[in-house]
Amino acid sequence: MASKYSNMTVRAYRRENGRVGVRNHVVILPVDDISNAACEAVANNVKGTLAIPHAYGRLQFGEDLDLHFRTMIGTGANPNVAAVVVIGIEPGWTRKIADGIRETGKPVAEFSIEQNGDFETIRAASWAAKDFVHRTSEYQREECSVSELWISTKCGESDTTTGLGSCPTVGNMYDKLLPEGITGFFGETSEITGAEHICKARAINEEVGERWYKMWKAYQDDVIFAHQTDDLSDSQPTKGNIEGGLTTIEEKALGNLEKIGRSATYIDILGPAERPNSGAGLYFMDSSSAAAECVTLMAAGGAVIHTFPTGQGNVVGNPIVPVIKISANPRTVRTMGEHVDVDVSGILRREMTIDQAGEALIDMIRRTANGRNTAAEALGHREFSMTKLYRSA
Amino acid sequence: MTEIPHLLVHEHADNVGVVVVEGLTAGTDMLCCVTHDNSTFRLTAGADVPIGHKIALKDLGAGDTAIKYGEDIGKIVADIPKGGHVHTHNLKTKRW
Repeated sequence: MASKYSNMTVRAYRRENGRVGVRNHVVILPVDDISNAACEAVANNVKGTLAIPHAYGRLQFGEDLDLHFRTMIGTGANPNVAAVVVIGIEPGWTRKIADGIRETGKPVAEFSIEQNGDFETIRAASWAAKDFVHRTSEYQREECSVSELWISTKCGESDTTTGLGSCPTVGNMYDKLLPEGITGFFGETSEITGAEHICKARAINEEVGERWYKMWKAYQDDVIFAHQTDDLSDSQPTKGNIEGGLTTIEEKALGNLEKIGRSATYIDILGPAERPNSGAGLYFMDSSSAAAECVTLMAAGGAVIHTFPTGQGNVVGNPIVPVIKISANPRTVRTMGEHVDVDVSGILRREMTIDQAGEALIDMIRRTANGRNTAAEALGHREFSMTKLYRSA
Repeated sequence: MTEIPHLLVHEHADNVGVVVVEGLTAGTDMLCCVTHDNSTFRLTAGADVPIGHKIALKDLGAGDTAIKYGEDIGKIVADIPKGGHVHTHNLKTKRW
């Protein structure tokens, strides 16, 4: 059925593989921690490029290494990225990551440091980066359907106002845009604890619900209970959550789940940084509830815009994905206004309905897709945090 | 609604509500609003309670279950009078 959003379009970048991106980054991507310096040198040499330094990529193995590769390849493959220069210490893993990104059809160049040194690597990579900047800076935005956007969500520094205002705002957006054919992501596995019965019931069918429950239970048993040293009341809820009035994980989880709205069901479960492959719809990604880690994983999964409800004022951003902050807490809007893109504090005063707040968020998504810089972008928040599953060899 | 509410309650089944104004002081005659249907009632705040924190809508005793969103959010571990502050000192998770 046609709705007022059916004909909504944005001006965005259509990539070689047909996906739609809302930014046009030339990324200088280190394979490993010791290649960060070369990447940052190239980004310093060539303006209009973006180095994404990180802490890992050496001596990882098994599932943890798979996640590393998936996160690196997914980041480079994200449609907000126009072209990628990959730099690693040795050619093997460098090639693996570069080839993974090349499957999108976008320009990729790779360089390795052994037998070249930083100087020679930086020289050669800088030439490639400069070529990519010239090419991609001529790319034009074009009219794309809003349904082609992949939109993720995760909340942070939550308080009781997120459950009352900013999370239902995101839920209302999903209720309106998922029927139009967007792809959505939610996650934060440990933060569903206390509302797992509700989350399980929101799966599209029993089979998906059972798989979701097994995944949640595994996180609970293998991560939380396996490493528990106290009652976790200082971690979940966090100190910030408690300051904001949240008392228990159950209360936090129920507020968190408001983000998926009233009508949506999730169609599949994704591993961390995994790309959806069951078509348009809502996906649950197994992920940490730590803001930067979660946004990084969802960006690697292919999300191009992130909607981030915050109560007490989480300031997180991401290097390649614009993070839209939504807050209903009037104190946060007053004391941390520079971080807030969508002020929905009117919900608490009963001056704004959830429906109106959802409209305001959709309008901000449209403007952000068209090129408006978010607060996090303007303030230079580029937190990129890899999720690590266990200690390196 | 011309008057701005002091306290919001998600569902009629809830026995706690959330303070949504800054600087709420004990003795305030609060306008309370149930967001489910925008119905209102009044309640006297029994304590100075910060924005975002919860207030008991009725007398709650140790062992009771706190209800918010119409759901179980934990167990009451110390008696709380109607209008009193509900937080980590008197409400605990049933989960970890």
